[in-house]
Amino acid sequence: MNAPPAAHATPKKARSAGFALLAPAVTILLVWSIVPLVLTLWYSFRNYNLVDPTLHGFAGVNNYWYLLTDPDFLRSLLNTAILVGGVLVVSVGGGTLLAVLYDQEFIGRGIARVLAISPFFVMPTVSALVWKNLMLHPIYGVYSWMMRAVGLTPIDWLQRFPMATVMMIVAWEWLPFAILILLTAVQSLDSEQKEAARMDGAGPIARFRYIILPHLSRAITVVVMIETIYLLTIFAEISVTTAGGPGVASTNLAFLIYSRALLQFDVGGASAGGVIAIIIANIVAAFLVRAVARNLEV
Amino acid sequence: MAIKRSRSHGLAIGALGWLVAIWIFFPIFWMFITGFKTEVEAISTPPHLIFRPTLDSYREVFERANYWHFTFNTVAISVGATAVALTLSIPAAYAMAFLPNKRTRGTLLWMLSTRMLPPVGVLVPIYLIARNTHLLDTLTGLAIVDMLTNLPIVVWMLYTFFREVPVPILEAGRMDGANRWQEITVVLLPLALPGIASTGLLSLILCWNEAFWSLNLTSSNAAPLAAFIASFSSPEGLFFGKLSAASTLAVAPILVFGWLSQKQLVRGLTFGAVK
Repeated sequence: MNAPPAAHATPKKARSAGFALLAPAVTILLVWSIVPLVLTLWYSFRNYNLVDPTLHGFAGVNNYWYLLTDPDFLRSLLNTAILVGGVLVVSVGGGTLLAVLYDQEFIGRGIARVLAISPFFVMPTVSALVWKNLMLHPIYGVYSWMMRAVGLTPIDWLQRFPMATVMMIVAWEWLPFAILILLTAVQSLDSEQKEAARMDGAGPIARFRYIILPHLSRAITVVVMIETIYLLTIFAEISVTTAGGPGVASTNLAFLIYSRALLQFDVGGASAGGVIAIIIANIVAAFLVRAVARNLEV
Repeated sequence: MAIKRSRSHGLAIGALGWLVAIWIFFPIFWMFITGFKTEVEAISTPPHLIFRPTLDSYREVFERANYWHFTFNTVAISVGATAVALTLSIPAAYAMAFLPNKRTRGTLLWMLSTRMLPPVGVLVPIYLIARNTHLLDTLTGLAIVDMLTNLPIVVWMLYTFFREVPVPILEAGRMDGANRWQEITVVLLPLALPGIASTGLLSLILCWNEAFWSLNLTSSNAAPLAAFIASFSSPEGLFFGKLSAASTLAVAPILVFGWLSQKQLVRGLTFGAVK
Protein backbone atom coordinates (compact mmCIF):
# COMPACT_ATOMS: atom_id res chain seq x y z
CA MET A 1 0.00 0.00 0.00
CA ASN A 2 1.76 3.16 -1.06
CA ALA A 3 -0.08 5.70 1.03
CA PRO A 4 0.89 9.34 0.91
CA PRO A 5 3.00 10.29 3.91
CA ALA A 6 1.09 11.52 6.93
CA ALA A 7 1.02 15.21 6.26
CA HIS A 8 0.63 16.86 9.62
CA ALA A 9 3.62 17.60 11.77
CA THR A 10 2.51 15.84 14.92
CA PRO A 11 1.57 12.23 14.23
CA LYS A 12 -0.44 11.98 17.43
CA LYS A 13 -2.65 14.91 16.46
CA ALA A 14 -3.07 13.46 12.99
CA ARG A 15 -4.14 10.14 14.45
CA SER A 16 -6.83 11.64 16.63
CA ALA A 17 -8.06 13.83 13.78
CA GLY A 18 -8.20 10.83 11.48
CA PHE A 19 -10.08 8.89 14.11
CA ALA A 20 -12.62 11.69 14.61
CA LEU A 21 -13.21 12.05 10.86
CA LEU A 22 -13.62 8.34 10.38
CA ALA A 23 -15.76 7.73 13.45
CA PRO A 24 -19.23 8.74 12.13
CA ALA A 25 -19.11 6.53 9.03
CA VAL A 26 -17.55 3.58 10.86
CA THR A 27 -19.94 3.82 13.82
CA ILE A 28 -23.04 3.93 11.68
CA LEU A 29 -21.83 1.03 9.52
CA LEU A 30 -20.95 -0.95 12.62
CA VAL A 31 -24.45 -0.46 14.04
CA TRP A 32 -26.00 -1.27 10.66
CA SER A 33 -24.03 -4.45 10.26
CA ILE A 34 -24.23 -5.77 13.82
CA VAL A 35 -27.64 -4.90 15.27
CA PRO A 36 -29.77 -6.57 12.56
CA LEU A 37 -27.36 -9.50 12.51
CA VAL A 38 -27.73 -10.11 16.23
CA LEU A 39 -31.51 -9.77 15.99
CA THR A 40 -31.69 -12.20 13.08
CA LEU A 41 -29.63 -14.66 15.08
CA TRP A 42 -31.87 -14.19 18.13
CA TYR A 43 -35.14 -14.62 16.19
CA SER A 44 -33.78 -17.68 14.44
CA PHE A 45 -33.77 -19.55 17.76
CA ARG A 46 -37.26 -18.37 18.73
CA ASN A 47 -40.78 -19.42 17.91
CA TYR A 48 -42.10 -16.20 16.48
CA ASN A 49 -45.03 -15.87 14.13
CA LEU A 50 -46.57 -12.49 13.37
CA VAL A 51 -50.12 -13.85 13.08
CA ASP A 52 -49.97 -16.40 15.91
CA PRO A 53 -49.12 -14.68 19.19
CA THR A 54 -49.71 -17.89 21.17
CA LEU A 55 -46.61 -19.34 19.59
CA HIS A 56 -43.55 -18.02 21.35
CA GLY A 57 -40.55 -19.05 23.40
CA PHE A 58 -37.25 -20.72 22.71
CA ALA A 59 -37.25 -22.97 19.67
CA GLY A 60 -33.74 -24.33 19.91
CA VAL A 61 -32.53 -25.44 16.52
CA ASN A 62 -36.04 -26.31 15.32
CA ASN A 63 -36.19 -23.45 12.83
CA TYR A 64 -32.91 -24.58 11.32
CA TRP A 65 -33.96 -28.20 11.35
CA TYR A 66 -37.22 -27.49 9.50
CA LEU A 67 -35.42 -25.35 6.99
CA LEU A 68 -32.50 -27.67 6.32
CA THR A 69 -34.77 -30.69 5.87
CA ASP A 70 -37.14 -28.77 3.61
CA PRO A 71 -36.62 -29.75 -0.04
CA ASP A 72 -37.67 -26.23 -1.04
CA PHE A 73 -34.64 -24.90 0.78
CA LEU A 74 -32.21 -27.09 -1.14
CA ARG A 75 -33.93 -26.15 -4.35
CA SER A 76 -33.58 -22.46 -3.51
CA LEU A 77 -29.86 -22.91 -2.79
CA LEU A 78 -29.40 -24.63 -6.11
CA ASN A 79 -31.36 -21.88 -7.89
CA THR A 80 -29.24 -19.21 -6.22
CA ALA A 81 -26.08 -20.92 -7.44
CA ILE A 82 -27.49 -21.31 -10.98
CA LEU A 83 -28.50 -17.67 -11.07
CA VAL A 84 -25.18 -16.30 -9.82
CA GLY A 85 -23.03 -18.70 -11.84
CA GLY A 86 -25.04 -18.45 -15.04
CA VAL A 87 -25.24 -14.67 -15.07
CA LEU A 88 -21.54 -14.32 -14.24
CA VAL A 89 -20.55 -16.63 -17.10
CA VAL A 90 -22.81 -14.88 -19.61
CA SER A 91 -22.01 -11.32 -18.55
CA VAL A 92 -18.26 -11.68 -18.05
CA GLY A 93 -17.79 -13.89 -21.11
CA GLY A 94 -20.06 -11.84 -23.33
CA GLY A 95 -18.84 -8.59 -21.82
CA THR A 96 -15.21 -9.41 -22.63
CA LEU A 97 -15.98 -10.28 -26.24
CA LEU A 98 -18.21 -7.24 -26.71
CA ALA A 99 -15.66 -4.96 -25.07
CA VAL A 100 -13.16 -6.06 -27.71
CA LEU A 101 -15.82 -5.58 -30.41
CA TYR A 102 -16.69 -2.05 -29.27
CA ASP A 103 -13.01 -1.20 -29.08
CA GLN A 104 -12.82 -1.51 -32.90
CA GLU A 105 -13.41 1.50 -35.10
CA PHE A 106 -16.68 1.50 -36.99
CA ILE A 107 -19.30 3.95 -38.14
CA GLY A 108 -21.55 5.18 -35.33
CA ARG A 109 -19.55 3.31 -32.70
CA GLY A 110 -20.34 5.87 -30.01
CA ILE A 111 -24.08 5.48 -30.45
CA ALA A 112 -23.91 1.69 -30.67
CA ARG A 113 -21.96 1.64 -27.40
CA VAL A 114 -24.47 3.83 -25.60
CA LEU A 115 -27.32 1.60 -26.79
CA ALA A 116 -25.51 -1.53 -25.64
CA ILE A 117 -24.96 -0.28 -22.09
CA SER A 118 -28.46 1.15 -21.63
CA PRO A 119 -30.09 -1.79 -19.80
CA PHE A 120 -27.82 -1.11 -16.82
CA PHE A 121 -29.79 2.05 -16.09
CA VAL A 122 -33.21 0.40 -16.27
CA MET A 123 -34.74 -0.47 -12.91
CA PRO A 124 -35.10 -4.22 -12.28
CA THR A 125 -38.88 -4.14 -11.95
CA VAL A 126 -39.22 -2.50 -15.37
CA SER A 127 -36.74 -4.88 -17.03
CA ALA A 128 -38.60 -7.86 -15.64
CA LEU A 129 -42.03 -6.59 -16.72
CA VAL A 130 -40.90 -5.59 -20.20
CA TRP A 131 -39.31 -8.98 -20.80
CA LYS A 132 -42.21 -10.90 -19.28
CA ASN A 133 -44.92 -9.10 -21.24
CA LEU A 134 -43.63 -7.28 -24.32
CA MET A 135 -40.90 -9.76 -25.26
CA LEU A 136 -41.75 -13.23 -23.97
CA HIS A 137 -45.54 -13.25 -23.58
CA PRO A 138 -46.59 -16.54 -25.22
CA ILE A 139 -49.26 -14.85 -27.36
CA TYR A 140 -48.44 -11.16 -27.70
CA GLY A 141 -44.69 -11.12 -27.13
CA VAL A 142 -42.36 -10.03 -29.91
CA TYR A 143 -40.24 -13.17 -29.51
CA SER A 144 -43.32 -15.38 -29.79
CA TRP A 145 -44.28 -13.59 -32.98
CA MET A 146 -40.75 -14.12 -34.34
CA MET A 147 -40.95 -17.82 -33.54
CA ARG A 148 -44.28 -18.11 -35.32
CA ALA A 149 -42.88 -16.16 -38.26
CA VAL A 150 -40.21 -18.80 -38.80
CA GLY A 151 -42.67 -21.64 -38.33
CA LEU A 152 -41.98 -22.58 -34.70
CA THR A 153 -44.52 -22.88 -31.92
CA PRO A 154 -44.04 -20.15 -29.31
CA ILE A 155 -43.60 -21.40 -25.77
CA ASP A 156 -44.37 -19.90 -22.41
CA TRP A 157 -40.75 -19.40 -21.39
CA LEU A 158 -41.44 -18.42 -17.79
CA GLN A 159 -43.61 -21.50 -17.27
CA ARG A 160 -41.49 -24.02 -19.12
CA PHE A 161 -37.99 -22.81 -18.22
CA PRO A 162 -38.54 -20.45 -15.29
CA MET A 163 -35.00 -20.45 -13.92
CA ALA A 164 -33.25 -20.18 -17.28
CA THR A 165 -35.57 -17.37 -18.35
CA VAL A 166 -35.08 -15.39 -15.14
CA MET A 167 -31.35 -15.92 -15.57
CA MET A 168 -31.55 -14.59 -19.12
CA ILE A 169 -33.40 -11.46 -18.00
CA VAL A 170 -30.88 -10.80 -15.22
CA ALA A 171 -27.99 -11.42 -17.62
CA TRP A 172 -29.49 -8.81 -19.95
CA GLU A 173 -29.35 -6.33 -17.07
CA TRP A 174 -25.77 -7.11 -16.07
CA LEU A 175 -24.10 -7.69 -19.44
CA PRO A 176 -24.04 -3.91 -20.08
CA PHE A 177 -22.34 -3.33 -16.75
CA ALA A 178 -19.58 -5.76 -17.75
CA ILE A 179 -19.26 -4.08 -21.17
CA LEU A 180 -19.06 -0.65 -19.53
CA ILE A 181 -16.21 -1.61 -17.22
CA LEU A 182 -14.30 -3.99 -19.51
CA LEU A 183 -14.45 -1.64 -22.48
CA THR A 184 -12.76 1.06 -20.43
CA ALA A 185 -10.10 -1.45 -19.48
CA VAL A 186 -9.54 -2.57 -23.08
CA GLN A 187 -9.24 1.04 -24.21
CA SER A 188 -6.59 1.72 -21.61
CA LEU A 189 -4.42 -0.99 -23.16
CA ASP A 190 -1.38 0.41 -24.86
CA SER A 191 -2.13 0.31 -28.59
CA GLU A 192 1.58 0.07 -29.39
CA GLN A 193 1.71 -3.20 -27.49
CA LYS A 194 -1.16 -4.61 -29.55
CA GLU A 195 0.48 -3.34 -32.73
CA ALA A 196 3.84 -4.85 -31.81
CA ALA A 197 2.22 -8.23 -31.25
CA ARG A 198 0.54 -7.95 -34.62
CA MET A 199 3.89 -7.16 -36.25
CA ASP A 200 5.36 -10.24 -34.60
CA GLY A 201 2.71 -12.26 -36.35
CA ALA A 202 0.32 -12.88 -33.48
CA GLY A 203 -3.15 -13.63 -34.81
CA PRO A 204 -6.29 -12.12 -33.32
CA ILE A 205 -6.84 -15.11 -31.02
CA ALA A 206 -3.28 -15.07 -29.73
CA ARG A 207 -3.46 -11.31 -29.14
CA PHE A 208 -6.73 -11.78 -27.23
CA ARG A 209 -5.37 -14.67 -25.17
CA TYR A 210 -1.92 -13.32 -24.30
CA ILE A 211 -2.34 -9.55 -24.29
CA ILE A 212 -5.94 -8.49 -23.79
CA LEU A 213 -7.07 -11.12 -21.27
CA PRO A 214 -4.17 -10.67 -18.82
CA HIS A 215 -4.64 -6.91 -19.03
CA LEU A 216 -8.32 -7.31 -18.15
CA SER A 217 -7.83 -9.43 -15.03
CA ARG A 218 -8.16 -6.53 -12.60
CA ALA A 219 -11.25 -5.16 -14.29
CA ILE A 220 -12.80 -8.65 -14.39
CA THR A 221 -12.19 -8.92 -10.64
CA VAL A 222 -14.17 -5.72 -10.12
CA VAL A 223 -17.00 -6.92 -12.35
CA VAL A 224 -17.22 -10.31 -10.62
CA MET A 225 -17.13 -8.70 -7.19
CA ILE A 226 -19.84 -6.12 -7.80
CA GLU A 227 -22.07 -8.50 -9.74
CA THR A 228 -21.81 -11.24 -7.13
CA ILE A 229 -22.89 -8.82 -4.41
CA TYR A 230 -26.04 -8.02 -6.33
CA LEU A 231 -26.71 -11.45 -7.86
CA LEU A 232 -26.71 -13.29 -4.54
CA THR A 233 -29.80 -11.33 -3.56
CA ILE A 234 -31.78 -11.03 -6.80
CA PHE A 235 -35.34 -10.42 -5.74
CA ALA A 236 -37.37 -7.98 -7.84
CA GLU A 237 -36.96 -9.88 -11.11
CA ILE A 238 -38.29 -13.09 -9.56
CA SER A 239 -41.03 -11.35 -7.63
CA VAL A 240 -42.35 -9.61 -10.75
CA THR A 241 -42.01 -12.42 -13.31
CA THR A 242 -42.70 -15.78 -11.66
CA ALA A 243 -43.21 -15.06 -7.95
CA GLY A 244 -40.83 -17.95 -7.39
CA GLY A 245 -42.92 -20.44 -9.35
CA PRO A 246 -44.15 -22.60 -10.83
CA GLY A 247 -44.00 -24.28 -7.43
CA VAL A 248 -40.54 -23.33 -6.24
CA ALA A 249 -38.87 -23.78 -9.63
CA SER A 250 -37.52 -20.22 -9.68
CA THR A 251 -37.29 -19.52 -5.93
CA ASN A 252 -33.85 -18.43 -4.85
CA LEU A 253 -32.75 -18.04 -1.25
CA ALA A 254 -33.74 -14.37 -1.18
CA PHE A 255 -37.23 -15.09 -2.40
CA LEU A 256 -37.65 -18.07 -0.06
CA ILE A 257 -36.82 -15.94 2.99
CA TYR A 258 -39.12 -13.21 1.78
CA SER A 259 -42.01 -15.60 1.35
CA ARG A 260 -41.41 -17.17 4.78
CA ALA A 261 -41.31 -13.79 6.48
CA LEU A 262 -43.83 -11.59 4.72
CA LEU A 263 -46.21 -14.14 3.19
CA GLN A 264 -46.24 -16.83 5.89
CA PHE A 265 -45.32 -14.45 8.74
CA ASP A 266 -42.91 -17.05 10.13
CA VAL A 267 -40.27 -14.74 11.59
CA GLY A 268 -38.33 -17.57 13.25
CA GLY A 269 -38.07 -19.67 10.10
CA ALA A 270 -37.25 -16.69 7.91
CA SER A 271 -34.54 -15.60 10.33
CA ALA A 272 -32.95 -19.03 10.22
CA GLY A 273 -32.90 -18.67 6.43
CA GLY A 274 -31.38 -15.22 6.86
CA VAL A 275 -28.59 -16.57 9.04
CA ILE A 276 -27.81 -19.21 6.43
CA ALA A 277 -27.83 -16.58 3.68
CA ILE A 278 -25.38 -14.51 5.71
CA ILE A 279 -23.09 -17.49 6.27
CA ILE A 280 -23.06 -18.25 2.54
CA ALA A 281 -22.45 -14.61 1.67
CA ASN A 282 -19.55 -14.51 4.11
CA ILE A 283 -17.91 -17.55 2.57
CA VAL A 284 -18.22 -15.97 -0.87
CA ALA A 285 -17.12 -12.58 0.48
CA ALA A 286 -14.00 -14.07 2.05
CA PHE A 287 -12.86 -15.25 -1.37
CA LEU A 288 -13.86 -12.04 -3.10
CA VAL A 289 -12.28 -9.68 -0.61
CA ARG A 290 -9.05 -11.62 -0.82
CA ALA A 291 -9.11 -11.42 -4.62
CA VAL A 292 -9.85 -7.71 -4.45
CA ALA A 293 -7.11 -7.04 -1.94
CA ARG A 294 -4.63 -8.92 -4.10
CA ASN A 295 -5.69 -7.42 -7.40
CA LEU A 296 -6.33 -3.82 -6.48
CA GLU A 297 -3.40 -3.16 -4.14
CA VAL A 298 -5.44 -1.15 -1.69
CA MET B 1 1.37 2.97 -37.72
CA ALA B 2 -1.97 1.23 -38.01
CA ILE B 3 -2.14 -1.36 -40.69
CA LYS B 4 -4.93 -0.71 -43.16
CA ARG B 5 -7.48 -3.43 -42.81
CA SER B 6 -9.57 -4.63 -45.63
CA ARG B 7 -12.74 -2.66 -46.17
CA SER B 8 -15.01 -5.68 -45.91
CA HIS B 9 -13.48 -6.65 -42.60
CA GLY B 10 -14.27 -3.21 -41.21
CA LEU B 11 -17.81 -3.38 -42.51
CA ALA B 12 -18.36 -6.79 -40.95
CA ILE B 13 -17.17 -5.49 -37.57
CA GLY B 14 -19.45 -2.48 -37.88
CA ALA B 15 -22.44 -4.61 -38.83
CA LEU B 16 -21.82 -6.96 -35.93
CA GLY B 17 -21.39 -4.07 -33.49
CA TRP B 18 -24.65 -2.50 -34.57
CA LEU B 19 -26.53 -5.81 -34.62
CA VAL B 20 -25.54 -6.62 -31.05
CA ALA B 21 -26.31 -3.09 -29.87
CA ILE B 22 -29.75 -3.14 -31.47
CA TRP B 23 -30.52 -6.57 -30.05
CA ILE B 24 -29.54 -5.46 -26.54
CA PHE B 25 -31.42 -2.17 -26.79
CA PHE B 26 -34.50 -3.59 -28.50
CA PRO B 27 -36.64 -4.22 -25.36
CA ILE B 28 -36.16 -0.61 -24.27
CA PHE B 29 -36.98 0.68 -27.75
CA TRP B 30 -40.04 -1.54 -27.91
CA MET B 31 -41.22 -0.38 -24.49
CA PHE B 32 -40.83 3.23 -25.64
CA ILE B 33 -42.86 2.88 -28.84
CA THR B 34 -45.52 0.60 -27.30
CA GLY B 35 -46.30 3.42 -24.90
CA PHE B 36 -47.52 5.44 -27.88
CA LYS B 37 -49.83 2.74 -29.22
CA THR B 38 -53.46 2.06 -28.44
CA GLU B 39 -54.07 -1.07 -26.36
CA VAL B 40 -55.35 -2.90 -29.44
CA GLU B 41 -52.28 -2.05 -31.49
CA ALA B 42 -50.01 -2.89 -28.58
CA ILE B 43 -51.03 -6.56 -28.62
CA SER B 44 -51.59 -6.95 -32.35
CA THR B 45 -49.56 -9.62 -34.12
CA PRO B 46 -47.62 -9.20 -36.27
CA PRO B 47 -46.50 -6.15 -34.31
CA HIS B 48 -47.01 -2.81 -35.99
CA LEU B 49 -43.91 -0.79 -36.54
CA ILE B 50 -45.82 1.92 -38.33
CA PHE B 51 -48.77 3.31 -36.44
CA ARG B 52 -50.35 6.58 -35.51
CA PRO B 53 -48.83 7.59 -32.19
CA THR B 54 -51.26 8.45 -29.45
CA LEU B 55 -50.83 9.78 -25.94
CA ASP B 56 -53.86 7.86 -24.62
CA SER B 57 -51.78 5.46 -22.53
CA TYR B 58 -49.85 8.30 -20.95
CA ARG B 59 -53.08 10.16 -20.24
CA GLU B 60 -54.53 7.12 -18.51
CA VAL B 61 -51.41 6.42 -16.48
CA PHE B 62 -51.51 9.97 -15.20
CA GLU B 63 -55.22 9.70 -14.43
CA ARG B 64 -55.05 6.37 -12.67
CA ALA B 65 -51.94 6.65 -10.60
CA ASN B 66 -50.34 9.66 -9.11
CA TYR B 67 -47.12 9.48 -11.10
CA TRP B 68 -45.77 12.69 -9.63
CA HIS B 69 -46.25 11.31 -6.11
CA PHE B 70 -44.04 8.30 -6.91
CA THR B 71 -41.52 10.41 -8.77
CA PHE B 72 -41.31 12.87 -5.94
CA ASN B 73 -40.72 9.97 -3.52
CA THR B 74 -38.00 8.51 -5.73
CA VAL B 75 -36.22 11.84 -6.15
CA ALA B 76 -36.52 12.70 -2.46
CA ILE B 77 -35.21 9.29 -1.35
CA SER B 78 -32.37 9.18 -3.90
CA VAL B 79 -31.17 12.74 -3.33
CA GLY B 80 -31.56 12.53 0.45
CA ALA B 81 -29.73 9.20 0.71
CA THR B 82 -26.94 10.39 -1.61
CA ALA B 83 -26.48 13.70 0.21
CA VAL B 84 -26.20 12.04 3.61
CA ALA B 85 -23.92 9.30 2.28
CA LEU B 86 -21.56 11.90 0.79
CA THR B 87 -21.59 13.98 3.97
CA LEU B 88 -20.59 10.97 6.05
CA SER B 89 -18.12 9.61 3.51
CA ILE B 90 -16.09 12.70 2.64
CA PRO B 91 -14.48 13.03 6.10
CA ALA B 92 -14.01 9.26 6.31
CA ALA B 93 -12.39 9.02 2.87
CA TYR B 94 -10.21 12.05 3.67
CA ALA B 95 -8.99 10.41 6.85
CA MET B 96 -8.18 7.15 5.08
CA ALA B 97 -6.52 8.79 2.09
CA PHE B 98 -4.44 11.43 3.88
CA LEU B 99 -4.12 10.25 7.47
CA PRO B 100 -3.67 6.53 6.96
CA ASN B 101 -2.51 4.17 9.67
CA LYS B 102 -1.99 0.47 9.84
CA ARG B 103 -5.70 -0.18 10.31
CA THR B 104 -6.81 1.74 7.21
CA ARG B 105 -6.59 -1.19 4.83
CA GLY B 106 -8.48 -3.45 7.19
CA THR B 107 -11.17 -0.79 7.68
CA LEU B 108 -11.64 -0.42 3.93
CA LEU B 109 -12.00 -4.14 3.37
CA TRP B 110 -14.35 -4.45 6.34
CA MET B 111 -16.55 -1.69 4.90
CA LEU B 112 -16.69 -3.54 1.61
CA SER B 113 -17.62 -6.75 3.38
CA THR B 114 -20.61 -5.08 5.08
CA ARG B 115 -21.95 -4.43 1.59
CA MET B 116 -21.87 -8.16 0.98
CA LEU B 117 -24.30 -8.76 3.83
CA PRO B 118 -27.37 -9.98 1.95
CA PRO B 119 -30.40 -7.75 2.55
CA VAL B 120 -32.64 -10.80 2.91
CA GLY B 121 -30.51 -11.95 5.81
CA VAL B 122 -31.57 -8.91 7.79
CA LEU B 123 -34.98 -8.32 6.22
CA VAL B 124 -36.90 -9.49 9.27
CA PRO B 125 -35.20 -7.33 11.91
CA ILE B 126 -35.06 -4.27 9.66
CA TYR B 127 -38.74 -4.67 8.88
CA LEU B 128 -39.62 -5.03 12.55
CA ILE B 129 -37.36 -2.14 13.62
CA ALA B 130 -38.92 0.07 10.93
CA ARG B 131 -42.39 -0.94 12.09
CA ASN B 132 -41.65 -0.28 15.75
CA THR B 133 -40.02 3.08 15.10
CA HIS B 134 -42.84 4.13 12.74
CA LEU B 135 -40.39 4.42 9.86
CA LEU B 136 -42.18 1.79 7.80
CA ASP B 137 -43.53 3.31 4.59
CA THR B 138 -41.86 6.67 5.20
CA LEU B 139 -39.43 8.54 2.98
CA THR B 140 -37.01 8.89 5.89
CA GLY B 141 -37.03 5.16 6.56
CA LEU B 142 -36.27 4.10 3.01
CA ALA B 143 -33.73 6.90 2.54
CA ILE B 144 -31.85 5.74 5.66
CA VAL B 145 -31.72 2.14 4.43
CA ASP B 146 -30.65 3.17 0.90
CA MET B 147 -27.99 5.45 2.38
CA LEU B 148 -26.61 2.64 4.54
CA THR B 149 -26.50 0.11 1.71
CA ASN B 150 -24.63 2.58 -0.51
CA LEU B 151 -22.30 3.99 2.14
CA PRO B 152 -19.48 1.42 1.71
CA ILE B 153 -19.39 1.93 -2.05
CA VAL B 154 -19.45 5.70 -1.69
CA VAL B 155 -16.57 5.66 0.82
CA TRP B 156 -14.55 3.39 -1.47
CA MET B 157 -15.03 5.51 -4.54
CA LEU B 158 -14.22 8.75 -2.74
CA TYR B 159 -11.13 7.15 -1.23
CA THR B 160 -9.96 6.18 -4.72
CA PHE B 161 -10.49 9.71 -6.03
CA PHE B 162 -8.91 11.44 -3.03
CA ARG B 163 -5.82 9.28 -3.47
CA GLU B 164 -5.31 10.94 -6.85
CA VAL B 165 -5.14 14.43 -5.32
CA PRO B 166 -1.49 15.45 -4.91
CA VAL B 167 -0.55 15.81 -1.25
CA PRO B 168 1.71 18.89 -1.81
CA ILE B 169 -1.32 20.96 -2.80
CA LEU B 170 -3.00 20.15 0.52
CA GLU B 171 0.24 20.93 2.32
CA ALA B 172 0.52 24.28 0.57
CA GLY B 173 -2.96 25.14 1.79
CA ARG B 174 -1.93 24.25 5.30
CA MET B 175 1.17 26.46 5.04
CA ASP B 176 -1.16 29.32 4.22
CA GLY B 177 -2.88 28.69 7.54
CA ALA B 178 -5.84 26.55 6.52
CA ASN B 179 -7.21 24.42 9.33
CA ARG B 180 -8.49 20.91 8.72
CA TRP B 181 -12.03 22.05 7.94
CA GLN B 182 -10.79 24.63 5.41
CA GLU B 183 -8.36 22.12 3.99
CA ILE B 184 -11.24 19.78 3.18
CA THR B 185 -13.81 22.33 2.04
CA VAL B 186 -11.64 24.94 0.30
CA VAL B 187 -8.71 22.90 -1.05
CA LEU B 188 -9.72 19.24 -1.39
CA LEU B 189 -13.37 19.40 -2.44
CA PRO B 190 -12.89 21.65 -5.50
CA LEU B 191 -9.97 19.48 -6.65
CA ALA B 192 -11.89 16.24 -6.20
CA LEU B 193 -15.17 17.60 -7.53
CA PRO B 194 -15.29 15.39 -10.67
CA GLY B 195 -14.75 12.31 -8.53
CA ILE B 196 -17.34 13.40 -5.99
CA ALA B 197 -19.76 14.04 -8.84
CA SER B 198 -19.32 10.57 -10.32
CA THR B 199 -19.71 9.02 -6.88
CA GLY B 200 -22.92 10.98 -6.36
CA LEU B 201 -24.16 9.96 -9.82
CA LEU B 202 -23.68 6.29 -9.14
CA SER B 203 -25.34 6.56 -5.75
CA LEU B 204 -28.34 8.34 -7.34
CA ILE B 205 -28.68 5.62 -9.99
CA LEU B 206 -28.42 2.82 -7.43
CA CYS B 207 -31.04 4.49 -5.19
CA TRP B 208 -33.37 5.23 -8.11
CA ASN B 209 -33.34 1.60 -9.23
CA GLU B 210 -33.23 -0.02 -5.78
CA ALA B 211 -36.01 -2.58 -5.61
CA PHE B 212 -35.61 -4.92 -2.64
CA TRP B 213 -36.10 -2.47 0.20
CA SER B 214 -38.46 -0.34 -1.87
CA LEU B 215 -40.83 -3.29 -2.32
CA ASN B 216 -40.54 -4.54 1.24
CA LEU B 217 -40.46 -1.36 3.34
CA THR B 218 -43.03 0.78 1.55
CA SER B 219 -46.66 0.29 0.58
CA SER B 220 -48.35 3.50 -0.51
CA ASN B 221 -47.22 6.62 1.28
CA ALA B 222 -43.50 6.43 0.50
CA ALA B 223 -43.56 4.03 -2.44
CA PRO B 224 -40.99 4.98 -5.10
CA LEU B 225 -41.22 4.31 -8.84
CA ALA B 226 -39.80 0.79 -8.50
CA ALA B 227 -42.84 -0.17 -6.42
CA PHE B 228 -45.22 1.78 -8.66
CA ILE B 229 -44.10 -0.29 -11.63
CA ALA B 230 -44.27 -3.55 -9.70
CA SER B 231 -47.99 -2.90 -9.14
CA PHE B 232 -48.42 -3.36 -12.90
CA SER B 233 -47.43 -7.01 -12.62
CA SER B 234 -50.89 -8.00 -11.35
CA PRO B 235 -53.04 -9.70 -14.03
CA GLU B 236 -55.66 -6.93 -14.07
CA GLY B 237 -52.88 -4.48 -14.86
CA LEU B 238 -51.91 -6.33 -18.02
CA PHE B 239 -52.35 -3.55 -20.51
CA PHE B 240 -49.23 -3.32 -22.63
CA GLY B 241 -49.75 0.28 -23.67
CA LYS B 242 -50.19 1.59 -20.15
CA LEU B 243 -47.47 -0.68 -18.79
CA SER B 244 -45.07 0.66 -21.41
CA ALA B 245 -46.02 4.27 -20.85
CA ALA B 246 -45.59 3.92 -17.09
CA SER B 247 -42.29 2.07 -17.52
CA THR B 248 -40.98 4.73 -19.87
CA LEU B 249 -41.90 7.42 -17.37
CA ALA B 250 -40.13 5.54 -14.58
CA VAL B 251 -36.98 4.81 -16.56
CA ALA B 252 -36.48 7.83 -18.82
CA PRO B 253 -35.05 10.32 -16.30
CA ILE B 254 -32.36 7.99 -14.99
CA LEU B 255 -31.60 6.55 -18.44
CA VAL B 256 -30.88 9.97 -19.92
CA PHE B 257 -28.93 10.81 -16.79
CA GLY B 258 -26.91 7.62 -17.21
CA TRP B 259 -26.19 8.29 -20.88
CA LEU B 260 -24.88 11.75 -20.09
CA SER B 261 -22.71 10.60 -17.22
CA GLN B 262 -21.41 7.22 -18.43
CA LYS B 263 -17.79 8.36 -18.65
CA GLN B 264 -17.72 9.69 -15.08
CA LEU B 265 -19.54 6.56 -13.92
CA VAL B 266 -16.88 4.21 -15.20
CA ARG B 267 -14.17 6.20 -13.48
CA GLY B 268 -15.92 5.69 -10.20
CA LEU B 269 -17.09 2.13 -10.62
CA THR B 270 -13.74 0.56 -11.29
CA PHE B 271 -12.26 1.47 -7.89
CA GLY B 272 -9.17 2.66 -9.66
CA ALA B 273 -8.61 -0.74 -11.25
CA VAL B 274 -8.81 0.79 -14.70
CA LYS B 275 -6.94 3.95 -15.46
